[in-house]
Amino acid sequence: MMIALTFPYWAQSLLRVLGGLVAVLLPAGTIVYVFLFKMMSFMQSRLGPMEAGPYGSMQLFAEVGKWLQKEDIMPERADHSIFRIAPLIVLASTFLLVAVVPFGPDAWFTNFETGVFYALAVSSISVLGILIAGWSSANKYSLLGGLRAAGQLIAYELPMVLAVVGVVIQAGTMNMQQIVVAQNAGEIFGWNGLGNPYILTQFIGFAVFMVAVQAELTQAPFDMPIAESELVSGYMTEYSGFRFLIFFIAEFATAGVFALIASVLFLGGWGVPFSWFGWHGMGDVSNWMNIVGPLIMFTKMMGLVFLIMWIRFSYPRFREDQLQRFAWKVLIPVSLVNIMLTAVLKVVF
Amino acid sequence: MTMLGDRERLSYIASQAADARLNVELETEGMTLNIGPQHPATHGTLRIICRLDGEQVVWAEPSAGYMHRGYEKLTEVRTFPQVTSLVNRIDWLGSFANEVPFILAAEKLMDVVAPPRAQHIRTILFELSRIANVSLFLGDLGVQLGAITPVFMAFRDREYVLNLIEGATGGRFHPNFDRIGGLKDDLPKGWIDETRSVMKKLRTFCDEMEDLLFGNEIFQSRTRGIGVIPKDVALQYGLSGPNLRASGVDYDLRRDQKIDMAWDKVDFKVWTHPDGDSFARCWIRLQETREATLIVEKLLDTLPAGPVMAKVPRIIKVPEGEAWVSTENPLGEMGYYVVSKGDLGPFRVKIRSASFNNISIVPWLLRGVYVPDVITILASLYFILGDIDR
Repeated sequence: MMIALTFPYWAQSLLRVLGGLVAVLLPAGTIVYVFLFKMMSFMQSRLGPMEAGPYGSMQLFAEVGKWLQKEDIMPERADHSIFRIAPLIVLASTFLLVAVVPFGPDAWFTNFETGVFYALAVSSISVLGILIAGWSSANKYSLLGGLRAAGQLIAYELPMVLAVVGVVIQAGTMNMQQIVVAQNAGEIFGWNGLGNPYILTQFIGFAVFMVAVQAELTQAPFDMPIAESELVSGYMTEYSGFRFLIFFIAEFATAGVFALIASVLFLGGWGVPFSWFGWHGMGDVSNWMNIVGPLIMFTKMMGLVFLIMWIRFSYPRFREDQLQRFAWKVLIPVSLVNIMLTAVLKVVF
Repeated sequence: MTMLGDRERLSYIASQAADARLNVELETEGMTLNIGPQHPATHGTLRIICRLDGEQVVWAEPSAGYMHRGYEKLTEVRTFPQVTSLVNRIDWLGSFANEVPFILAAEKLMDVVAPPRAQHIRTILFELSRIANVSLFLGDLGVQLGAITPVFMAFRDREYVLNLIEGATGGRFHPNFDRIGGLKDDLPKGWIDETRSVMKKLRTFCDEMEDLLFGNEIFQSRTRGIGVIPKDVALQYGLSGPNLRASGVDYDLRRDQKIDMAWDKVDFKVWTHPDGDSFARCWIRLQETREATLIVEKLLDTLPAGPVMAKVPRIIKVPEGEAWVSTENPLGEMGYYVVSKGDLGPFRVKIRSASFNNISIVPWLLRGVYVPDVITILASLYFILGDIDR
């Protein structure tokens, strides 16, 4: 156990920084290629990029190269310093978010007791970035988009938190690592062949969480802040070149990271059901899980992102007031009922 | 302010007044939002000046003319056969349909009637351009509402129709195929069978659209009860075509007027909808696309033999007189008032295009709606910029 702790401190830090970059950028790139370029094209009876690399797999590098060499345009009357900071804030929240996701028994960046709480807290930082991006652009469309984003992200923060509360009650901990262990070491009415992934017992929570994630990511049908057909991409209207690239990476990296968090909370995270190998708790887990764990996480993430993208490509967009009504009148009551049921059942069993 | 036209000055005064009203009542500051001239939802260069209170539109005014090409004036320096290549570009998505009323007006002045086969083929091509036009509308509707998949299906299936038009006329967008007294050519070999199979594909496309878009709860909640045009208002603003029929007015020039086209040879249903909201307008168009495929099939069944060109002189001089002919184009009623002084070209042409009247209702319709609904309402009114600014 604790291989990483045998390294000197600077090496540990370096490893974590590199790991963080990989954990954010690799899923983002994969999601963009597999889902945005290819799956979307196949759903729309076209091929997608085919020229750059085999089956267009190098297309993303071409796109990044294009964005990097573009002129850095900024509206004259924009609030320059804030305009520059905004995309970085959005991206930073993604990096902060990935910091608490465990990828294996030792493969984690930080492991603190209130990991879930922290994750929900830092995920709202991106709202700040979006809001100031909308405001500082000095563009009316951006302003509308930024305000919509703020309203939407705050409204959907609440059902997301409430959906997670059910998991926290059932696991009895807010530590992400222990939530994983609780699911894989758990049992369903004495049968432990699958562990106890909370998607089974907390399905309502899972559904609410995924809807809220969809809205947090501003993917269709909740993409009013971007709304390219009415607000001309909302808060991103005035961004071009590498600043847009940062927004773009942040959008898909955040999709990946939220899917990672959802798979930790509901799908058993990096673990396999412990009964398969006769493990009983954290102490028994073999070292090879540090290699297999990230792969399992990646697979689960791709599954969940597929779900998000599938909905994104098939549904039209809500209107802002319909979206708020949906959050306050449907999702929040449902998740409150879920919490009550979970609490009652927790006491009963 | 010196460079502004009267319309813009009035708009400015009205917006100031709207501001003042808002400030007194709610003590908030409004915002003027220019939707367009460059905006993805306006299909070109239409500008809609909106006064917003939050997300609510308190006042809106369309400002057209950014793409005015002066076709009415240009026709005066063209000969009659040359005019078709100009008017093709008015509604560029259903261009063959633009040629027909002009040619009919010229034929009326010359007292020439096209042979029955030419009338049939004209009607078939007219309906094909309706299908090409409206199927693109159905896809575009999805984009305006944020669903990106339908538009690719629309482009895919519209391609079949464009191939048909290209096969018969040689031009995909601007056929320029109609001649005074008939058509340039007969149909090519194998075209009829090809058309039958494409019409089946297009009906499948309509079913797909019904499943993917019209049955969707979000689509329904975005369009039902939004942008309602009552019957009397629709008539007052001179709406025509599907926009009028969606308000429950049973008026279709294909059925209601006697002209030298083949619509009276077939039975078809004129769809109306009592609601008058955005959904009704979209639904009517979907049904009309399906109906048009049936009309084409029925016309192919009854296609008469014979020549496609009546006897007309080589150099066409249209006798002195005035004529008005309008037809039920994909976007609505389109008509040409042609004045001839007995020259090679028309003396004066007045073009009545459907979209210009259809968007005239925008200030009335957009008052009090939210910004996202502005887009759905504009999409459901379905205008083509070339049809507004001729």
